[in-house]
Amino acid sequence: MEQFVLLISLFVLAVYLGIELITKVPPTLHTPLMSGCNAISGITVVGALLASGAQSSTLASTLGFIALVLATINVVGGFWVTHRMLSMFKKRG
Amino acid sequence: MLTTWIDISYLVAAVLFVSGIKGMTRPKTAVRGNMQSAVGMLIAVVVTLLDANILSYEIIIAGMLIGAVSGLVLAQKMPMTSMPQMVALLNGFGGGASLAIALTSYLDIIGATASTSPMLMVSQVAIVLTLLIGGITLSGSGIALAKLQEWLPGKPLGFAGMKYLNLLLVIAALGMGYNLFGVDTSLTSVAVLVTLVLILGVTLVLPIGGADMPVVIALLNSYSGIAAAAAGFIMGNTVLIVSGALVGASGIILTQIMCVAMNRSLVNVLFGTMAPVNGDVIDSDEVYAGKVKSSCPEEVAMILDSANRVVIVPGFGLAMAQAQHAVRELADALLAQSIDVEYAIHPVAGRMPGHMNVLLAEAEVDYELMKTMDEANPSFGQTDVVIVIGANDVTNPMAREDKGSPIYGMPILNVDKAKTVIVVKRSLSAGFAGLPNPLFANENTLMLFGDGKKAIQELTASVNEAA
Repeated sequence: MEQFVLLISLFVLAVYLGIELITKVPPTLHTPLMSGCNAISGITVVGALLASGAQSSTLASTLGFIALVLATINVVGGFWVTHRMLSMFKKRG
Repeated sequence: MLTTWIDISYLVAAVLFVSGIKGMTRPKTAVRGNMQSAVGMLIAVVVTLLDANILSYEIIIAGMLIGAVSGLVLAQKMPMTSMPQMVALLNGFGGGASLAIALTSYLDIIGATASTSPMLMVSQVAIVLTLLIGGITLSGSGIALAKLQEWLPGKPLGFAGMKYLNLLLVIAALGMGYNLFGVDTSLTSVAVLVTLVLILGVTLVLPIGGADMPVVIALLNSYSGIAAAAAGFIMGNTVLIVSGALVGASGIILTQIMCVAMNRSLVNVLFGTMAPVNGDVIDSDEVYAGKVKSSCPEEVAMILDSANRVVIVPGFGLAMAQAQHAVRELADALLAQSIDVEYAIHPVAGRMPGHMNVLLAEAEVDYELMKTMDEANPSFGQTDVVIVIGANDVTNPMAREDKGSPIYGMPILNVDKAKTVIVVKRSLSAGFAGLPNPLFANENTLMLFGDGKKAIQELTASVNEAA
């Protein structure tokens, strides 16, 4: 139970931190913010790695593999497209 | 000992995500911020690979290669106008990954009965929640993508009692989820549950209209984060919980911002259509008859010639006409005559939050010239000329003045306060809201009819000639 309380505290604090941070992001950057957050939510890649490397049943390995492919697309595609957008925002003149 | 180091590395990764998002608070630091987040991700992946529980690396290498190459190709090829589709796609993949992880976690403990040990109970509840949210995010994003890409019609699809069907589906899914532990542990019932949540994602998004997709994309973004956090609770993994919570919060805030910009409540977007028009139906002929003044590029160039301050109001019609570069060239021509030029961007100008800013940045517009609605509105009184291109409803003064109008109360750009308003438009046709726009019939409004890109290019030519 103690561990659960610890995890849920972590979750609640992170939500608050997220709200504080995101409200400070200017509307100009909302689209890259979304794709960047998308890439961060690809952190499920960690879970996918653990699931696909465990070598259990064929079904479990297949699902782990699918999770790994999807999460990696999420991470790599998300960070790269965000980088593409952000590098277009320049101050000129 | 190894576990401790892995946990500490996860903490470092989480800190890098936070400081990465903090970097996003200014365009100057945003590129670096994004890189910090990427480094955080790399650290998390590398230390996970050191985990003693990982036995087979072949599958992992193959999976990561396929994912990385597909991700790179998608991210590199996707045009900026299709960014909402890209984000919908990535949301869906994130949800799908969480769903698959929940399934493998279930297979690991299959046959377990509903546990009374608190930690196992948390993990079991988390499995069901991850299945539910991950599944909804996967299929819901698919429908959102199909609507944005116009594979499906943009209008709301469904029937009156659809919300009751959805409620029924949620209850059925939760009930079946409970049954997974001890009551009915067959693989068939797992498959039925997955099918149920996927159907739920479809029926939740189908009845939402194309104009409301920005809200849906932001909401699904939030779901993909919450699904990741829920997956973190299954495994007791801190970095998943923290990053999932950050993303969940971000999606919720953007959803809120879009709802405010459209003057709709989230409940109204998700379950209701726009309120029917109260009172008289507004006849567009009555609004426009004899009052609309049409102009030509030469005349507009003359007006611009004597202006000190010009504000450009872009809408998504501008992007559809591929006119972003043409607009920037017009702005350059005006700047060359030392006329101040700014862009006033309504929150729903594009197809997702901040989309118009990305499209303008792609056309090499200085981000410091892009003003938000709140920054721009007080300045219209001191503006000589406003040029509205491809925008309609977000400039409609009925939202401010006509209490019976369905868009009454929606925050708009008060362009009618400027000395002269030039509206570049194909015809007098209505926008998304299907309403006539009294702005077009105003005393100080001139219509410049024509194809967006061509009209702007002609205008730029006339401005350069007049100089």
